[in-house]
Amino acid sequence: MEVTLKIFRYNPEKDSKFHYETYTLEAVSTDRVLDLLELVKGHFDGTLAFRRSCAHGVCGSDAMRINGRNRLACKTLVHDVGNKITVEPLIGLKVVKDLIVDMEPFFDNYKKVLPYFINDSPIPEDGKERLQSVEARERFDDTTKCILCAACTTSCPSYWGSEDYLGPAALVTAHRFIFDNRDEAASERLKIVSETSGVARCHTVFNCTMACPREIQITRAIGELKMASLTGKLD
Amino acid sequence: MANIHQFDVLVVGAGGAGLMAGLYASKTAKTAVISKLYPTRSHTGAAQGGVGAALGNIEEDRPEWHTYDTVKGSDYLGDQDAIEFMCNEAVQAVYELEHYGLPFSRTPDGRIAQRPFGGHTNNETGKPVRRACYAADRTGHMILQTLYQQCIKNDVKFFDEYQVLDLLMVNGAAAGVVALELSSGELHVFHAKSVIIATGGHGRVFEITSNAYAYTGDGAAIVLRRGLPLEDMEFFQFHPTGIYKLGILITEGVRGEGGVLINDKGERFMDKYAPHVKDLASRDVVSRAMYLEMRDKRGIGGKRYLYLDARPETINKYAALDGRTNPDGSPYVISGDELLGKLPDIVDFCRTYIGVDPVTQPMPVQPTAHYTMGGIPTNKFGQVIHDDQNTPVPGLYAAGEAACVSVHGANRLGTNSLLDLIVFGKHAGLNAAEYANGADLQPLPQDPEDYTHQQIDFLRNGSGKENVFDIGNEMKAVMFDDVGVFRTEEGMAKAVEKVRELKERFKQISVADTGRIFNTELLNAWELSNLLDISEVVAVSALNRKESRGAHAREDYPERDDENWMKHTLVWQRDGKLEIGYKPVVYTHFEPKKRVY
Repeated sequence: MEVTLKIFRYNPEKDSKFHYETYTLEAVSTDRVLDLLELVKGHFDGTLAFRRSCAHGVCGSDAMRINGRNRLACKTLVHDVGNKITVEPLIGLKVVKDLIVDMEPFFDNYKKVLPYFINDSPIPEDGKERLQSVEARERFDDTTKCILCAACTTSCPSYWGSEDYLGPAALVTAHRFIFDNRDEAASERLKIVSETSGVARCHTVFNCTMACPREIQITRAIGELKMASLTGKLD
Repeated sequence: MANIHQFDVLVVGAGGAGLMAGLYASKTAKTAVISKLYPTRSHTGAAQGGVGAALGNIEEDRPEWHTYDTVKGSDYLGDQDAIEFMCNEAVQAVYELEHYGLPFSRTPDGRIAQRPFGGHTNNETGKPVRRACYAADRTGHMILQTLYQQCIKNDVKFFDEYQVLDLLMVNGAAAGVVALELSSGELHVFHAKSVIIATGGHGRVFEITSNAYAYTGDGAAIVLRRGLPLEDMEFFQFHPTGIYKLGILITEGVRGEGGVLINDKGERFMDKYAPHVKDLASRDVVSRAMYLEMRDKRGIGGKRYLYLDARPETINKYAALDGRTNPDGSPYVISGDELLGKLPDIVDFCRTYIGVDPVTQPMPVQPTAHYTMGGIPTNKFGQVIHDDQNTPVPGLYAAGEAACVSVHGANRLGTNSLLDLIVFGKHAGLNAAEYANGADLQPLPQDPEDYTHQQIDFLRNGSGKENVFDIGNEMKAVMFDDVGVFRTEEGMAKAVEKVRELKERFKQISVADTGRIFNTELLNAWELSNLLDISEVVAVSALNRKESRGAHAREDYPERDDENWMKHTLVWQRDGKLEIGYKPVVYTHFEPKKRVY
């Protein structure tokens, strides 16, 4: 089948503003959008710039806007989006070149929520694992799946509208640790997400949940953080 | 000459091994980690099924059994001192990950959950043992995230999206590396007392692969170009179950949970090839069995794939036939929901990429190029060695898939790759820091960026009549077809010739993008130059080894030949030509025996 691929182009070393270029390609319905980008880069224009690595939806490199929606190019097949495909960079992060955006502000926000396990109590005397029940482990399972692709954060109108909002991905990470009963810094993290740059900025638009390629129930996780921040209780 | 940075320890690569090395080195030495990807993009994150350690959480298990299984799995090519070290360290290393917060799945009594995996057995009964410690089917993801998080906690310095292009060696010792900052196009010299290479493998030399685009053998290539050898490069693992045509991995954990391979006649064929452990034989054995089934026209519809059937009714049927039981002795039975809970990502991959629901339909699979057993030779301390006497290169370390310790020998067992990363990543980090704390910086060479400039000029100044993309595809095709699961003299000789022809043609490429910012065309061309060099080493090493052992299976030499070939291959690139040497295998307790599963 013939696919028309319209790609956002911007080369900061040459262009004063962005433009679109359209390529007509022979494809099959199970091709990934990433396969098509590779084809364009290999045979039409080697200067096309995008990030990619694992090519099967687990590394989080190739989040971009595909027909207006944030998706991973390697997890979107032609038959998911039809044969007229428009590919653009994520919104809300500065475009560096073509489909590549500046990820630094995104990772800076991630780092603000103490994104690491904290437990200063001694480990069990036998040196073995800390025990955790199956139910306690399940409590935060959903938010452990995050691959930091930024599809959620850059789909959020609150994030677009405010420079200091932590954004859904950072909150997902906060949730992963706050609801892990082995961790001891929940109250410290709750304080961080309760500031004006935190959960208060979420207006339950659900864009993040729709955008997540890992199908994390992000809005729900943020809701649980809101509740915890109001009540000071975790369940 | 701008952008010079000085560190005690410099780690190249930020996957499991690099992060572990960075974390431990940074405790006592000024350490930086450079990586061409953001650390969480590393391919460790794609590992699914588990990390092997004889915790014995569900049933009796011992590190000695793990050691023997690994030696046997390696087809007796693994160095037994290093294997023993790894399997003993495994238990502590996994507990340490848990203490770092890694969210392992749990047993009903709250301990780290474990599942069976290919080649891991109770040495007394010979039956599969639950040794793979897992977090659903995303164990690698959890390891990668947890280690990155701990590095942030410990203020490890990262240089993200910096592509290494050269290793600097002065007075026979490591002096640093040269790297390209992708966002600016500027070169940086990292001047360091110790350098740890943890750049991963090179699965992208093959057409059908589970490996990431980033898996281009960068570390092995820069070491090779600096006159150091590569070890056992003929041994490359083909994982039995990649999604047909795409190569995306379906974890062995599916068979651990009871899934079986089925041919076009509806037969579970693995009982013919491995009567004791059947579908849980080691990967080389299963991949070869699949190849033989397909060659004898028992692929599905006569095509080059088979079914991996994990429908609960199939699992339960064969579990009953095999007499498989739960730890409490009750018959093993699984439901669709339980399967989904244990293997959520696999179900997602199949639904997304092939529209197959593994709970109700069998999955079409074929062997996929998966893991680099060979690599940069090291000892068990992570030191890179450069000759058949195991003489270390001062200040140079390697760990993880980039390295060849060798703990995997001719065939790696599932779950031993994540184990390799955490054990040898940690020890490379500790030892590199210790060395750095007692050593001076080597002086930098006169013009440290000289060779890097030569490489870049080479990529830019060809005639442009050859296309990088096409050369890459031709290389991948010949390597997959002729240096794949089964090999012949004729095929491998053809591959060597073809790769050499492609290397000649590569001189006629020209990178059109002259920009500095994210010049990924230049980067991809350089990566292909690495893959071409590595392909030649792989094909030449394979052609040279006249026996079958582990993943290296020859139709013309079908038997293992311990008399002549119980030795590691070393290959050097000198004046553009490859030279072959050998070094002995280290034994401790285990006499070579025929491998039967």
